[in-house]
Amino acid sequence: MKIILENLTKRFPGRDRKHQGEVTAVKDFSFEIPDGSLVGLLGPSGCGKSTTLNLISGLEMPTEGRILFGEDDVTGLPAEKRGIGLVFQNYALYPHLTVRQNIMFPLENRRGKDRLSKADMQKKAREAARMVQIEDLMDRKPGQLSGGQQQRVAIARALVKMPKVLLLDEPLSNLDARLRLQTREEIRRIQRETGITTIFVTHDQEEAMSISDLIVVMKEGVVQQIGKPQDVYDSPANLFVAKFLGTPPINLFYGQIRGQKLFIGEDAVFTLRGIPDQEVSVGVRPEGFQVCEDGPLCCDLKGVEVMGRDISVLGWHKASLNPTIRAMISGGQAVQADRALVRFSLNPAKVLLFHRDTEERIDFEVV
Amino acid sequence: MKSKKNHSLKGWLYLLPALLFLAAFLVYPLIDVFIYSFEEGYHSASQTYFGVGTYNYSYVLHDPYFLQAVKNTFLLVIITVPLSTGIALFLSVCLHSIKRLRSVFQTIYFLPYVTNTLAVGLVFMLLFQKTAYTDGFINLIIHWFGGPSVDFIEGPYWAKLFVLCFYTIWVVMPFKILILTSALASVNDDYYKAARVDGTSGLRTFMRITLPMIWPMVFYLIVTGFIGAFKAYSDVVALFGTDLNAAEMNTIVGYVYDMLYGDSGGYPSYASAAAVILFVIVLTITCANLLAGRRQADD
Repeated sequence: MKIILENLTKRFPGRDRKHQGEVTAVKDFSFEIPDGSLVGLLGPSGCGKSTTLNLISGLEMPTEGRILFGEDDVTGLPAEKRGIGLVFQNYALYPHLTVRQNIMFPLENRRGKDRLSKADMQKKAREAARMVQIEDLMDRKPGQLSGGQQQRVAIARALVKMPKVLLLDEPLSNLDARLRLQTREEIRRIQRETGITTIFVTHDQEEAMSISDLIVVMKEGVVQQIGKPQDVYDSPANLFVAKFLGTPPINLFYGQIRGQKLFIGEDAVFTLRGIPDQEVSVGVRPEGFQVCEDGPLCCDLKGVEVMGRDISVLGWHKASLNPTIRAMISGGQAVQADRALVRFSLNPAKVLLFHRDTEERIDFEVV
Repeated sequence: MKSKKNHSLKGWLYLLPALLFLAAFLVYPLIDVFIYSFEEGYHSASQTYFGVGTYNYSYVLHDPYFLQAVKNTFLLVIITVPLSTGIALFLSVCLHSIKRLRSVFQTIYFLPYVTNTLAVGLVFMLLFQKTAYTDGFINLIIHWFGGPSVDFIEGPYWAKLFVLCFYTIWVVMPFKILILTSALASVNDDYYKAARVDGTSGLRTFMRITLPMIWPMVFYLIVTGFIGAFKAYSDVVALFGTDLNAAEMNTIVGYVYDMLYGDSGGYPSYASAAAVILFVIVLTITCANLLAGRRQADD
């Protein structure tokens, strides 16, 4: 099912006398989600991503704009008529019902001709349970399951009614780090197998990048960028997106363009073409540094962290916007940790330039 | 090993004050009452008795006043506990579903709780009593609907029982509403959202989600409601005065009191026997309640 959002806007009224005035949670969001894709809504907390999910689910009604599922306008439809499956952050499994009863719950709600026979319901519940590999847990109560298992039950409950759209709210945030890796693969696999258009919300960029077909980066209710994870990472639309994506985060410097040269502080790092002289912000991905005896960028060496495959070099530069510069270099390059200075050359493909005032990215060509 | 022993010793030491109080003011009197109930013709001034046996129980169980009291108490329990819990649940759900002025209504519903029982009883008497001068407010309403006057305070048995039940339900309502509204508020909103997305009807949401989730609190109210209603006394006095046997409105606790201090009083042995019978009744019903509750929880 293709989903189209047209100029979607949600404003909430002021909460009380102290917080008067409307709050715009989502502003003019337009986006066409292709059929069968997995989309990650990404942003810091309070950016409107959960509100967007609630608008699509029908739990909230938009102030302006339209939502279409395929050709059908569902903007005015209540949640139960939209045919969506929703997985909550805390799973919202009914604690007094067994796993089986939880999964069958949506089917038992149906009345009239849509109602399945008891045997069919059991069969569908078993199929959904098999999909998420919890067939052995059917007679347990949610309290007897681990977080990861509860998550699977919640997904099975959302899948059992064969929704047109599957929505997941922070699906991995309540899991520990190892389970998170495993579960996100699982979500990807289930989504592939069912082909259901899936939208999930997360504040964890790694999570969004790793499994999404498309990611939507949001900030304060406004969409910053929509695109394939790699494209968004390589060509962020602005400084916010560049800072938000990538672990370790991007290193930022004050920089200047003078006579077709990019200066970081007083170090001319490389020559580029087609940009007038101006003040810029320079972003360098951690993997964009190479340790080089006669490299142009000279930094104080603060330390070296060996992490097996890579070495992380910590430095400081007076034009740096972060307290510490973190460069990731492959284990093959030797760094003497006892030296006071380290010199880097930069890989221009991993360097991003932004207007100092608008923070929009500037395209450039390296000579 | 030694430290562990010290530890448990310390634990007992902390418990000691509470244990001493409980032993002195709860366990000892309980045992004492039990002993009195078997001492025939015990006289508290001379501390003498004729013999030991079950005569006190036989007397009490054949006393028409006691049987009347047992009947009244049981009727009161059977009528008021389910009704008050049901009405409180209904009102709490209503209160919970309104957004505006919720706290105002919660306060209004809670006011009777901080009002004195006897004062409330007086108000009820004024509402229901028929005197030479006035028929009372409730009778005015009955007249308005074309019915005959009823003397609720000194009239027929069913009218008096009605007033008593009405009063009891009204008095216990605030506490139950307080407990139930907070229980309802503690149910995570996500459960309702999940139910909504799945198209669950309102009734089904209540029966399958809300009620099971607040069931521990409902159950607590039922158990304490039973115990409270079995011990009813001051409410009855507030409505019908102290000569309850004459009014046919005595309760078991009232009977115990009358046997000790009433006009016909001075019989601690009979009072003890009646108290032990009440104790056994309450214990049995509470145990039955707990067993039933546990079975429900296991399902």
